Amino acid sequence: MIAVIRYGAGNVRSVLSALGRLGVDGTLTADPDMIRSADRVIFPGVGEASSAMASLSASGLIDTIRSLRQPFLGICLGMQLMCAYSEEGNTECLGVIPSPVLRFPDGRGFKIPHMGWNTVSSLSGALFRDVKEDEYMYFVHSFYVPVSEYTSAVCSYDGLEFSAALVNDNFFLTQFHPEKSGDAGERVLKAFLEA
Amino acid sequence: MLAKRIIPCLDVKDGRTVKGVNFVDLRDAGSAVDLAELYSRTGADELVFLDITATVENRGTMTALVRSVSDRISIPFTVGGGIRSEDDVDRILSAGADKISVNSAAVRSPSLIDTLSRRFGSQCVVLALDAVTNPAMASGYETVVDGGRTPTGIDALSWAREAESRGCGEILVTSMDADGTKGGFAVDLTRVISGNISIPVIASGGAGTMADFREVFVEGMADAALAASVFHFHEIDIPELKEYLRENGIPVRMGR
Repeated sequence: MIAVIRYGAGNVRSVLSALGRLGVDGTLTADPDMIRSADRVIFPGVGEASSAMASLSASGLIDTIRSLRQPFLGICLGMQLMCAYSEEGNTECLGVIPSPVLRFPDGRGFKIPHMGWNTVSSLSGALFRDVKEDEYMYFVHSFYVPVSEYTSAVCSYDGLEFSAALVNDNFFLTQFHPEKSGDAGERVLKAFLEA
Repeated sequence: MLAKRIIPCLDVKDGRTVKGVNFVDLRDAGSAVDLAELYSRTGADELVFLDITATVENRGTMTALVRSVSDRISIPFTVGGGIRSEDDVDRILSAGADKISVNSAAVRSPSLIDTLSRRFGSQCVVLALDAVTNPAMASGYETVVDGGRTPTGIDALSWAREAESRGCGEILVTSMDADGTKGGFAVDLTRVISGNISIPVIASGGAGTMADFREVFVEGMADAALAASVFHFHEIDIPELKEYLRENGIPVRMGR
């Protein structure tokens, strides 16, 4: 069973649809027991960090998520929430990755949010098994995670390099939306389902 | 490097595409889902569905369409047309759309943008701004509503800035002067808006040739370009357009 965590953050439907295109049923749930017993867990995310953390806390999911040992995929906000701390709403996050989440600096002449298709490079880890260097993925975000030893893909936005993906043991995290990244994104999802 | 986006726009009435789509290779030329899938397969970066359904009773057909599009395609899409309330937006986003666009309703009630961006996030709120040339305005352009029929007396650039400060995530700028002419995008209008705000701008209206796209990206500083009939009538083929743009040094996503 693939559990897709329900916590009030948006576009879960596109994640379920993407799984459906790969012939897999995802189960949308906020039940800690169901999530713990799932074969794989997907943590989708479009939304704002502090309200998302409040919602996870209200559902009793914070410790559940931290303690998961099965393959776990966090997407966009679902990646940022796995970090230590986010500048969005000055929010303490889950801390699976000891990195901060920072706001793209204003006044550098580039547009925020970073929205659209951008290339990913310096790829490593199971998610990128079938992805070539410099393939395009779809991003929409105003906050970023700096490059660190946990970075498994790098993206560059007008000279600022940041983590397009992170990995720590069973936790696979992407800043981009594989469910919206066409054919390349589908290959990432497929690799996750087989990880 | 962030790619410039190519966005086909589909006009939808009662759940079916309208405005002379003539794809021989589609089983059902009126099927918006089939057309969306075809564009997604040929390398469109995003899609916009504009609901031109006249009656409120038939709005439900759009929700059903959004659901099937979300099931079938794996690129982002925006739904616009007749969106007036939080409930409208909730219905469309829950059905699987990535973004919604607001136009006349936001001009009449600007706080709609604040409400929507707070509840659903800035990234999914697109302001559709229709403009005409008007030398009496400070920027030289005036905002119009109701499909261009009603002037508002509001300067297009001030409206764009206001919408940005109220929290919209992107602006779709349509030149009502250029729309339908195939004489090229309104490059000056696009540059005036894009150069003075810090959120992405989609240029729309007037696409006729591949060179028009190059011009609006380079001179107009557009982040994305939207067109309808040049794609629907095969006058421009998306893979060929992208190859042309790439040869001209514009970053575009190849493949699908």
